[in-house]
Amino acid sequence: MTLPDAVTSMPRLPLDQDGEPVFSAPWEARVFAMTVQAHEAGVFEWREWADQLGAELAKDGDGRNVSLSYYDHWLSAFEKILKEKGVAGADQLAGLKEAWDEAARATPHGQPIELKR
Amino acid sequence: MSHDHDHDHSELSDVELRVRALETLLTDKGYIDPPALDALIETYETKVGPKNGAMVVAKAWTDPEYHARLMSDATAAIAELGFVGRQGEHMVAVENTPGTHNMVVCTLCSCYPWTVLGLPPVWYKSAPYRSRAVRDPRGVLSEFGVTLSDETEIKVWDSTAEVRYLVVPQRPAGTEGWDEAQLAALVSRDSMIGTGLALAPSERESAA
Repeated sequence: MTLPDAVTSMPRLPLDQDGEPVFSAPWEARVFAMTVQAHEAGVFEWREWADQLGAELAKDGDGRNVSLSYYDHWLSAFEKILKEKGVAGADQLAGLKEAWDEAARATPHGQPIELKR
Repeated sequence: MSHDHDHDHSELSDVELRVRALETLLTDKGYIDPPALDALIETYETKVGPKNGAMVVAKAWTDPEYHARLMSDATAAIAELGFVGRQGEHMVAVENTPGTHNMVVCTLCSCYPWTVLGLPPVWYKSAPYRSRAVRDPRGVLSEFGVTLSDETEIKVWDSTAEVRYLVVPQRPAGTEGWDEAQLAALVSRDSMIGTGLALAPSERESAA
């Protein structure tokens, strides 16, 4: 798949030797893909997203004392932009997060976790 | 992970919960389509920690002492190279020989050592792979393009929540004198699951 240059030219985006995004955990790939899809669905302009992510990354300062990963910042920025766009309220997300937590705890280890609603 | 690993029930980390909450909400509102999301993620399935496991295998091929440590305590040997599972899983290395081919499946779920092997391929989670790998491993292997002689014994290892396997493929012929980096390039993800073999030097050239 070819990503738009706007995506692969994001500041500090971890890329492999082929210029493709590289992830250190599956959830990172998931939130990355959700961001690309939400953008394609017209939720936000890519420039708006770049600004939002840039603001989160700027919290690292000079980058010498980084306790949060690139995708931790990405996730926070994604939550914020969805809130600003009126797509996802903090209450809604907190409720769903709790529901997923309960679903996980109710699921025997090794079985797929599903949200019962 | 700082919390104790609980074997009775599942547990999702804070970030995993946040990501799932977002996915549920965005799906409900029609902004994302889970099958399309899976398809997009699939394009990155080899992009998580792409070469971690390959470096482990290449080192085992070239360093007999490392090989011995890997076979006796894979978790510790893999950690030596800085690759530590986030789920506290125990790794076991199983080695292919001329007489034995190893293949990994997880019939219960799709437990997968992604810090070592990267994102699991989509078929790894599929019901047909999970059931047929146990029942008809030779047939599944041939569908992956791997034909083994009838004399070769196939061992199928079933992962659990606690134990994950790393297949150490056979070192290809014609690689005498190669260094670890060159060798690592021959170690595909599938060869570390056992659904493939390490590439021959000629295949590497044609793939590059």
